[in-house]
Amino acid sequence: MSVRPALAHAIEVRDLTVAYEEKPVLWDLDVDVRSGALTAIIGPNGAGKSTLLKAILGLVPRVAGSVSIFGKPLSEDRGKVGYVPQRSSVDWDFPADALDVVLMGMYGRLGWLRRPGRTEREKALECLEEVGMRELAQRQIGRLSGGQQQRVFLARALAQDARLYMMDEPFAGVDAVTEQAVVETLRKLRDRGKTVVVVHHDLGSAPEYFDEAILLNVRLVASGPIDEVFTPENLHKTYGAGARFLVAP
Amino acid sequence: MTWTEVFTDYTLRNVALGSAILGVVSGVLGTFAVLRRQGLAGDALAHAALPGICLAYLATGSKAAPVLMLGAALAGWVGMVILIGFLRRTRVDPGSALAIVLTTFFGFGVVLLTVVQKRPDAGQAGLDKFLFGQAAALVQDQVVLMAGLSVVVLVLIAALFKEFKVFVFDVDYARTLGLPTGRLGALLTALLVIAIVIGLNTVGDVLMSAMLVAPAAAARQWTESLGRMILLAAGFGATAGIFGALWSVSQDHTPTGPAIVLILSLLVVVSLLFGSSRGWVWERVRRHRQSGVGA
Repeated sequence: MSVRPALAHAIEVRDLTVAYEEKPVLWDLDVDVRSGALTAIIGPNGAGKSTLLKAILGLVPRVAGSVSIFGKPLSEDRGKVGYVPQRSSVDWDFPADALDVVLMGMYGRLGWLRRPGRTEREKALECLEEVGMRELAQRQIGRLSGGQQQRVFLARALAQDARLYMMDEPFAGVDAVTEQAVVETLRKLRDRGKTVVVVHHDLGSAPEYFDEAILLNVRLVASGPIDEVFTPENLHKTYGAGARFLVAP
Repeated sequence: MTWTEVFTDYTLRNVALGSAILGVVSGVLGTFAVLRRQGLAGDALAHAALPGICLAYLATGSKAAPVLMLGAALAGWVGMVILIGFLRRTRVDPGSALAIVLTTFFGFGVVLLTVVQKRPDAGQAGLDKFLFGQAAALVQDQVVLMAGLSVVVLVLIAALFKEFKVFVFDVDYARTLGLPTGRLGALLTALLVIAIVIGLNTVGDVLMSAMLVAPAAAARQWTESLGRMILLAAGFGATAGIFGALWSVSQDHTPTGPAIVLILSLLVVVSLLFGSSRGWVWERVRRHRQSGVGA
């Protein structure tokens, strides 16, 4: 392997604890994310999956612990992480079309005072093309289907050209076309050497889509290559007794 | 009154200019307030400004525009801070918290108005004109101050347009881009306070929130672009401001605020019906066509 040891981990989380109103949501978490891999964060509702993503991004306050991204604290690497939030986190009634939203991916790189110009528009259209949305570039975002909205968010992350992508439930409630587009985008990103972390719900599809998994239920249950992590014992620890109904043996 | 007098007559010129400035600024800031779902917060801020005006007068004995506007701005800011504190530290829901802050400040303001009017030197203090606005009382100094403030507001909005856009649409994403979202939010609120202060002379604080919400709501019916929505809201605000103010001046003692608000309401109703983007009529036509194609 030519990867230097210092870069082997895209994310290192140490002793991370996050609480909402004194109720711990994540408890004393130590976890590493391998650089250049597709990693799924998996766990039941309320396990703290989205919270872990947001804590790594610095969007929720930490009670304790530290997070480093490519060996540096997050504050030094702002703008280099491409975030794909949950679709329901924004108001799609906002006056903007798909192209406007994708252009936001380049705001960080443009810096203060500079407006997106022709170069940025072309790049944004290419990103929309990649997720099969070019012909809908001018459509108001509220008039897009849920899956199309999800693809707009993907295109926005692509436009950001980050090293690390963090996606919150990109497969939630989307159509088959979008599911396929998301999977293709994930693979394309991996082929380009990017690291991708995805909050994922569906145990069935996880081994097919991802290289690595983080099994989470407030505490870390297991993490590593998905084939090694997905043992009946681990799944039982993560989901409780219901787990055996979720995956075929 | 003939229309040419708007350019020659001192009072009419001040009224028209002042109301146009107010309309533009409140249209622009109102757009952001509406998209942030803060239309009612604007109402609370405006009501919170009243005691500030009275206290500024009681403290200084001066009715100079900068003094009163500074008092209004400070009180508005305090009102906002209390409101935010309420929302963060208690379990009172936002609507009720707004109502509490708004009525408390306004009640305090009305009590202070009475105090001011009872003072021997205050026979014509005239602070009560801030309740419903009196555009006819605008003097040139005030208009100049309003113009200066509005330039500051508009330059900042233009310079930070893309930052405000992503901040309002998706605040978490804006933070991951490295934008100082806390400061952007505070700045936007500060600009909203300035817009309200600009409006106090003309529209008055009781109806100021209409000046923020109505132009933006009307503009939204005609476009799906933030930039165009802002320009349209500015245009609607200026139109209603100018015509409402002139109407109030030409009819003795009609308060300006209600006159402007009536014209704004007309613009909103027309836009809701005929707006090219989401107006009722076009929405019907679209649906009709779609069902026609489907059949």
